[in-house]
Amino acid sequence: MSHDPLSTDAEVASPAFSDKDNVGGDYSASSIRAVMINRPRQELYDFWRDFSNLPLFMENVKAVEMLESGRSKWTIAGPGGKDVELVSDITEDVPGEKIAWTSSEDSDLDHEGWIAFKDNAFGRGTEVRVFISYDPPAGALGKVVAKVLQREPRVQARGELRRFKQLMETGEVSTSKAPDAAPRADRHF
Amino acid sequence: MRALTWHGKHNVQVDTVPDPKIVNPRDAIIKITATAICGSDLHLYDSMIPGMSNGDILGHEFMGIVEEVGPANTTLKPGDRVVVPFVIACGKCFFCDHKMPAACDNSNPAEKADASEVAYGYAMTGAFGYSHLTGGYAGGQAEYARVPYSDYGPIKIPDGVSDERVLFLSDIFPTGWMAAENAQIKPGDTVAIWGCGPVGLFAIKSAILMGAGRVIAIDHHPRRLELAKQNGAEVLNFHEVKVREALMEMTAGIGPDSCIDAVGMESHGFSPDNIIDAVKQETKILGTDRPHVLRETIMAVRKGGTVSVPGVYGGVADKWPIGAFMEKGLTLKTGQTHVQNYLPELLQLILDNKIDTTDLISHRLPLEQAAEGYKNFKINQNEWTKVVLLPH
Repeated sequence: MSHDPLSTDAEVASPAFSDKDNVGGDYSASSIRAVMINRPRQELYDFWRDFSNLPLFMENVKAVEMLESGRSKWTIAGPGGKDVELVSDITEDVPGEKIAWTSSEDSDLDHEGWIAFKDNAFGRGTEVRVFISYDPPAGALGKVVAKVLQREPRVQARGELRRFKQLMETGEVSTSKAPDAAPRADRHF
Repeated sequence: MRALTWHGKHNVQVDTVPDPKIVNPRDAIIKITATAICGSDLHLYDSMIPGMSNGDILGHEFMGIVEEVGPANTTLKPGDRVVVPFVIACGKCFFCDHKMPAACDNSNPAEKADASEVAYGYAMTGAFGYSHLTGGYAGGQAEYARVPYSDYGPIKIPDGVSDERVLFLSDIFPTGWMAAENAQIKPGDTVAIWGCGPVGLFAIKSAILMGAGRVIAIDHHPRRLELAKQNGAEVLNFHEVKVREALMEMTAGIGPDSCIDAVGMESHGFSPDNIIDAVKQETKILGTDRPHVLRETIMAVRKGGTVSVPGVYGGVADKWPIGAFMEKGLTLKTGQTHVQNYLPELLQLILDNKIDTTDLISHRLPLEQAAEGYKNFKINQNEWTKVVLLPH
């Protein structure tokens, strides 16, 4: 097996090495997280590019409806049955490599993010990096959104990426919850 | 169903709890025919391992009959007899691919994984009936258990082989075997093994099968030392001798080639270092482990030798003899057991009658008497060498 020449630079933005709640982007709370997934890059890209797959592993996302020209409508479950709606536009799409998106004006919260896929140079699978950034809105709705997003985007990013990796590598999302409380078990079948 | 549940320090009881169900496509439900209490269950019983919740179902050594399988499981079918490894592993990630199932990336649920990532620098792999650091999965000291990724871990048992002969494939046999493998034994080597509990006994049996010339076993319970002797070990009672001095005398000043710490975080004994550790351990802040045996193995092993640690440690320890470790040029090998790797080979050893896996069993109890089993396994370690629970 041949390897690329050794890299002497860390290729992620230095803010990614921070443990802070804001590592850049337009909004007040943001996070970068990297994970290695033992599946082909194109397969991971294809799965993510169809945003309607995302509720399979995103804990609070109830549904994503793909609209025309790169738009998608997200329904996020809130406490007390209160849903938050978000309309997202794809701003960059490099097949097999990167997808970036941002929320449009008529959303309940301001949000942007990207996901990048890269072959690991040493055959360990695909390196997946995700950036998410958002402004929790003020007021009562803001509290709901902050709670939904678990306040810290890095906690959310960690959880979502772990579940994404589990689903892609094993075909299911690991859970130890009591049988009747298992998250979205019906959707796995 | 009925299950043994944890309710705090030295408090376990058999409760009625909901039956497990198939949740994920690769799951199976096992009707448990035999399960055992493990020495590492005592670390939970003593509240030495963090991350337990009231009502958790304990037990990670179990076997039984497949009751039901999920739609993606193509290897098991209802009616199969299986032994279930205590390590939950997906079989698909980088670590499973590289024969390290005890380092599986995926079996700890996402919402549980943060705690151990902070504590250990990585998210621990899932295990049955243990701390929520290892996923918080319901265990097998119960009538039924849900087994995730059941197409990868469990091994089928041929008809006509009794439960007792194969039950310990779930943990202590592969754990003792891997301890001996990690000790890097070469034919004719002298191996010293601290702790003649179940894992120590299996390490003795394994070391001899691997060609050790001499096995020296260390404990203070006469019954356990007797079992070690019956299995071919020379024995030392640490209440009667100074262990390092005795080992140096027995090996004419060289020391054992390999030392195995099959004791872990709750060393017995009244050596000064152990008393200090015990006081610190009670604070849960100054220290969480009593590594007396680990220190002793490093001091006793020969120069250039190997120390193998199957004993469970939970957190932080100090007074690590790093000077001796470095100056003697030692190798240290540790780790949770990669159970899945060993099952076919070890099952064959049992079927070929190359190893007796049943001589350590002292008590067989119905599940309803599990609390009594825990209490005696803890306070009466001399006679209660291994407890098997029978849920049905």
